[in-house]
Amino acid sequence: MRARLFRAVLAAVTLAGFGFLFLPIAVIVVFTFNHPVGRFNLVWHGFTLDNWLHPFIRPDINATLWRSIRVASVAAAAAGVMGTMVALALVRYRFRGGALVNVLLVLPLTTPEIVLGSSLALLFLNRGIERSFWTIAIAHTLFCVSFVAITVKARLRGMDWTLEDAAMDLGAGPWRTFSRVTFPLILPGVLAAALLSFALSIDDFIITYFVAGEGDTTFPLYVFGAFQRELAPQVNVMSTALLVLSVAALAATVRYQRSRLR
Amino acid sequence: MGRRGGPQRRPSRGRWTPFGLLSPGVIWLTLFFLVPLASLARMSLSSKQSRFDFEPSFNWDWSNYGDVFSEYGTQLSRSFGFAAAATVLCLLIGYPMAYWVAMHAGRWRNLLIGLVVVPFLTSFLLRTISWTVLLADSSMVVRAVRAMGLLRVLRAVGLVEGDRLLDTPLAVIGGLTYNFLPFMILPIYVSLEKIDLRLLDAAADLYASTGSTFRRVVLPLSLPGVFAGSLLSFIPASGDFVNAAFLGGTGNRMIGNVVQDRFLVQLDYPGAAAISLLLMAIITSAVLVYAKLLGTEELA
Repeated sequence: MRARLFRAVLAAVTLAGFGFLFLPIAVIVVFTFNHPVGRFNLVWHGFTLDNWLHPFIRPDINATLWRSIRVASVAAAAAGVMGTMVALALVRYRFRGGALVNVLLVLPLTTPEIVLGSSLALLFLNRGIERSFWTIAIAHTLFCVSFVAITVKARLRGMDWTLEDAAMDLGAGPWRTFSRVTFPLILPGVLAAALLSFALSIDDFIITYFVAGEGDTTFPLYVFGAFQRELAPQVNVMSTALLVLSVAALAATVRYQRSRLR
Repeated sequence: MGRRGGPQRRPSRGRWTPFGLLSPGVIWLTLFFLVPLASLARMSLSSKQSRFDFEPSFNWDWSNYGDVFSEYGTQLSRSFGFAAAATVLCLLIGYPMAYWVAMHAGRWRNLLIGLVVVPFLTSFLLRTISWTVLLADSSMVVRAVRAMGLLRVLRAVGLVEGDRLLDTPLAVIGGLTYNFLPFMILPIYVSLEKIDLRLLDAAADLYASTGSTFRRVVLPLSLPGVFAGSLLSFIPASGDFVNAAFLGGTGNRMIGNVVQDRFLVQLDYPGAAAISLLLMAIITSAVLVYAKLLGTEELA
């Protein structure tokens, strides 16, 4: 009896929790259909499909979104390569200082973003490096490297390395073994980590706020400024479209992995 | 499970290979994480000759740190108070959610844990702006809270002032809780999912009640997840300035708002550097104390 009550309470909290998580997202989606009066799309005035029919009429929004996508691509690619290399070194080899490297990897993720952002901004200032697209990409690559290295490391732990020995026994050289055996094996894990890095980068605000140049507004920076200036419904449309696309990509990956497991 | 990978069996292919693999990542982390921290430390000990001196000189000036406590003590303690409250709320909401999904969701498990990640795929700022819509003065949420008489209770505790929800401490704590809830759920879920269900059967066979099975078996095994989740929500929450800026009005500024203002508006780099480093030092010591308390020594 008490066990059943316990389960009912649990289910209720879970349901409420999911409601809490999705309520603001529902607001974002609903307001893509709003016909705003004035500059702020924050009060409901009436239903319209206009915003969805004209998603690209704001060149300023398009430009910032495109910049965010480019930064995220650079960061995810650079971090994907460097992070995977670090993870391979840590899992496959034993050497002095491995523990130290592990600490170095965790630290950026346990440092508040405001500290990362202000310290990087200071470095760029001290060295006379002008803040630009590339300073944003450098900063994003930094936290993505840590993230990729840690997640790929966790994946590599359960791998069957005897396959490499088998390839070597069959006469494959080190490079051929890597490209034909090791790399295809680790690729799904690396891609998953790179995709999540992309998501982290495209939505980063606090660090970017410190290291972005005057003219290099990313989408989050634009939204932050827009909250004070004007908030067009196209911002909601873009976010909703991105959400739908990434959920579809996620679902497709999961389905693909399942079909391969069968 | 339990298959031990290479390092023991296979000593090395080339002695220098691991260092070659490490160097790009480690150099990157050194150049853009360690070096900037060092320049932050140096800047925090520098002083400005005048208000418009934009190149402060390094002279072991410790006064910047003293100034933080005297000028921004309120914001500092408010930040840690808000972050702690949000972390506790995340735990209270997130633990049951992770538990239900891991233990009772059956074949919906993967779908539901996927749903926890979905908020990350929409803009963090837009979601926070959505809360300003939801908590606006004549919104349904506010009317419901008022109708239930909850507003009076919240006012008595000091979480809201007057007749509003927006621009109150409650709104900021709620926003932080909202933003970092998935970071709490995911690690707890991972640690709960690993639990061998036969342990629960064994406990039941030995006549343990649901409650004591949870207390003596499930909870201890999920502590690493609780630890990781608490860090992942407390650390970003204490340095956040977005929730305070959007949901807290002018009266609930956190230490993140101060750093942002000092650094980017007033261009007071020594002051901003001292606050940043102090924030980091306090968080690091809090993490160490917390690790001792929970008995989980390993990070991440």
